[in-house]
Amino acid sequence: MRKVYHRIIQIAGNVITVEADNVAYNDLAEVTSARGTSLAQVIRLLDRKVYLQVFAGSRGVNTGDQVRFLGYPMRVSSSKDLLGRVFNGRGVPRDNRPPVDENLIEINGPSVNPAKRIIPRKMIRTGIPMIDVFNTLVESQKIPIFSVAGEPYNELLARIALQAEVDIIIIGGMGLKYDDYLYFRNTLDEEGSLSRSIMFIHTAADPVVECLLVPDMALAVAEAYALEGKRVLVLLTDMTNFADAMKEIAITMEQIPSNRGYPGDLYSQLASRYEKAVDFEGAGSITILTATTMPGDDITHPIPDNTGYITEGQFYLRHGRIEPFGSLSRLKQQVNADTRSDHRTIMDTMIRLYADYKETLEKQSMGFQMSAWDTKLLKYGALFEDRMMDLSKNIPLEEALDLGWKTLAECFDKTETSIRMNLIKEYWPE
Amino acid sequence: MQDSSTGRIVGVNGNMLTVEFDTNVTQNEVAFANIGNERLKCEVIRVRGNRADLQVFESAGGLKVGDKVDFTSQLLSVELGPGLLTKVYDGLQNPLDELAEKTGFFLKRGFYMQPLDHEKEWLFTPLAKAGDRLRAGDHIGFVPEGIFKHYTMLPFGLHGVWELIEVKAAGNYRIDDAVARVKNEKGEERDVAMVQNWPVKIPITAYKEKMLPVNTLITQQRIIDTFFPVAVGGTFCTPGPFGAGKTVLQHALSQHAQADIVIIAACGERAGEVVEILREFPHLDDPRTGRTLMDRSIIICNTSSMPVAAREASVYTAVTLAEYYRQMGLNCLLLADSTSRWAQALREMSGRLEEIPGEEAFPAYLESLIAGFYERAGLVKLNDGTTGSVTIGGAVSPAGGNFEEPVTQATLKVVGAFLGLSRERSDARRFPAIHPLDSWSHYQSIVNKTDIAKARMILRRGNEVNQMMKVIGEEGTHIEDFMLYLKSEFLDYVYLQQNTFDKVDGATDADRQKYVFNKVVLVLNTNFGFKDKDLARRYFLELRQNFLDWNFSETGSDEFKQLESAIDAKVKEHSNA
Repeated sequence: MRKVYHRIIQIAGNVITVEADNVAYNDLAEVTSARGTSLAQVIRLLDRKVYLQVFAGSRGVNTGDQVRFLGYPMRVSSSKDLLGRVFNGRGVPRDNRPPVDENLIEINGPSVNPAKRIIPRKMIRTGIPMIDVFNTLVESQKIPIFSVAGEPYNELLARIALQAEVDIIIIGGMGLKYDDYLYFRNTLDEEGSLSRSIMFIHTAADPVVECLLVPDMALAVAEAYALEGKRVLVLLTDMTNFADAMKEIAITMEQIPSNRGYPGDLYSQLASRYEKAVDFEGAGSITILTATTMPGDDITHPIPDNTGYITEGQFYLRHGRIEPFGSLSRLKQQVNADTRSDHRTIMDTMIRLYADYKETLEKQSMGFQMSAWDTKLLKYGALFEDRMMDLSKNIPLEEALDLGWKTLAECFDKTETSIRMNLIKEYWPE
Repeated sequence: MQDSSTGRIVGVNGNMLTVEFDTNVTQNEVAFANIGNERLKCEVIRVRGNRADLQVFESAGGLKVGDKVDFTSQLLSVELGPGLLTKVYDGLQNPLDELAEKTGFFLKRGFYMQPLDHEKEWLFTPLAKAGDRLRAGDHIGFVPEGIFKHYTMLPFGLHGVWELIEVKAAGNYRIDDAVARVKNEKGEERDVAMVQNWPVKIPITAYKEKMLPVNTLITQQRIIDTFFPVAVGGTFCTPGPFGAGKTVLQHALSQHAQADIVIIAACGERAGEVVEILREFPHLDDPRTGRTLMDRSIIICNTSSMPVAAREASVYTAVTLAEYYRQMGLNCLLLADSTSRWAQALREMSGRLEEIPGEEAFPAYLESLIAGFYERAGLVKLNDGTTGSVTIGGAVSPAGGNFEEPVTQATLKVVGAFLGLSRERSDARRFPAIHPLDSWSHYQSIVNKTDIAKARMILRRGNEVNQMMKVIGEEGTHIEDFMLYLKSEFLDYVYLQQNTFDKVDGATDADRQKYVFNKVVLVLNTNFGFKDKDLARRYFLELRQNFLDWNFSETGSDEFKQLESAIDAKVKEHSNA
């Protein structure tokens, strides 16, 4: 029987301190107060002092409350019975069904040996031209949707999840609005995908600290399934809430903030989660799609900025469209050479001309005379936005490429596109 | 001195341990924290009274107050000897391939392996003979390692002059076998093996003198070699916001730069990017040697999810290996991606130590550490009069893409070339996105100064005209100015931009660069007598098309010659010389 401690010597923010012996770093404890029992995790040891981060928050905790150390770190079940289930940020069922505690595994496990990784080679088709043609999504990729509050990023996540050919969908919600949680659940249900999904949902109403565990639990489960050969897609929304929760704890712990109050290890913390995306040789894979809302639509804010350096590109969702500038899939080169011989050329040319169109638009708005070339660009830009950028479009890659050639031919002469002659000969619609 | 003192953990905070000890400890010595059967490697980073702060090179979960710590009194070191080439190491020189065989998909905490194969036999050929008087770094013999002669040297840690008493005859030896015995003036005798250890944070300086880097390191990237060259033994940095193509550029350099040995330090970046190198290098041919690229490479791989403290060590591990091969008279290129992650590792540790923070919470000593790192590059004259070099190229990932931040600024002070990548150019898909107006280099270009000055002037003026046109419109721009703009765009498209993923265009050797550049300069110098802007634009679009096709054709092929004459004809067509 484990010893119970009754003397809490400090309560600051959501961190409490007790004096105890023989406690291991990162282990869990149960704090029982008048409000009920909450889990807590050891986040610092100093002499006899043990600092505990209380998941349910420290509100209502009495200095005489009971603290019992469990002797193990946070664990989560990796059983098959998880499918179709919904849990909260502590791994407790949210769906009024019995808890699952078979095959418990530790969360936040060691990192994959880079020598055991393989180069990703499989495209994930989404039917969205802005992704398939211009920024192809690849299995085992980690990629966020950069957006701002109010944009339909959760809808986009759900749509990609449903259209992607994967075995398991795991959704980790952090600070999710209750409506959004219901939206995810209902959408999966309508499409008949609930039985291959697992949800770890921390809603905006739950204690902030609880959201810290969501990515780790979702990814630990994903890893267990991937090792069994499953292709797993993990959706994490919204990573900004996760980073903000980290900030809160860091400040409470009196860590020196590095940038706008965020802890100096923000990069490492985010990276250790995102880097769980992997294609195992001879087993399954984990693909990670997240939503990152940019505070103040500022891409240089520490959260999107650090994220951008970690992930393999980003989709920039703005005004309901995926922006061609700023959006990038770093893994597209791995797959878009083998799709169709004109894929890369169409991708590059159309974006370059769209950039020129943007410039022309600027000139036009300043009232300058439009040259013949400018007129062509204006026509092109409008067609591009209508045919490629509209998110309601759902067409296969090949069709989208053909549409690209058609658009170019409608607007320009062959020589104006800077496309190499051999491709022009093959694809230019006469 | 006692060789194994011990201590007890009294505090754990993230990856920092506070340990109470009762004998002596050395700053930066290696220690092991015991947890069950696991022994976690640590480094002493601060001592206060009878307490030392240690950074753990692993995750610290499960450690308790009272757990035992063994001090080793050894500084953090690497093993130097034959067999380093083709290896993939983590930041502490653990061979990742061999680890994978033992521990499977995941890295196992506290599991360390010998960096080199201690059983393998190497064919040793002696060069020095008994009676020779040697200094640290002097060659005693060599073994073949791939295409290189890997010299066995008098260990760098031996001071003064040593007399060779005995050297083994040619034959097969393991790296631990003594191949020579030496004696100094005091009569102390030492065995010399092929392998030696060296502390990573101390530069290897067993050479005669450091020299000024003059020769251009050919990278086969046109914008670099022609406009912003890098010198053999020089330093350069490639800062850029995310998505601007830092890593793609580093990969291109690692493949095409004409160095003997390439060491890639993937420091705190994405694992996926290293995997590309790991999987592709063994299959890519190095045209200079006829072997694969892997045969001349060492990869140090401490990616972002691997322990942070080992990330800090990884750049030092990499530069120490580079210095080691420099001692053999080889030209080494070290590519570190990214030094910002290394600086962040320093910042994390500094924060845990509760040091007074400098700008953006980076420690105050950041600048001197960055300077110290880049200063380990250099062209040196070895004891035997030959030369060797270490060239360092560091990628920098500035927060928010803002070059004013501390890491970029500290780096700019100490490097010889600045290849600044810009978001503006990468958004316009103009790759490599090195900004032609902001970047600079102190080194020697492969083409002559007048032509470069002319090209630079056109880029600058073209840009000005372009800015002006945004205000006064195309119709208000004089045709002469408009021509400058067209020429600058032409230069940008056909010379500065290069398609890394194309087999031919991806690498342009020095001769071809000079040849093509001459042709480009010819166009820049030509006085085209256009009266009409649309006509001029159309003409330049066509000319650009010809040049692009030319860039994609193999040097000296029929296609190459045909396209060239097409270009010549095209230029004549409108020249008004």
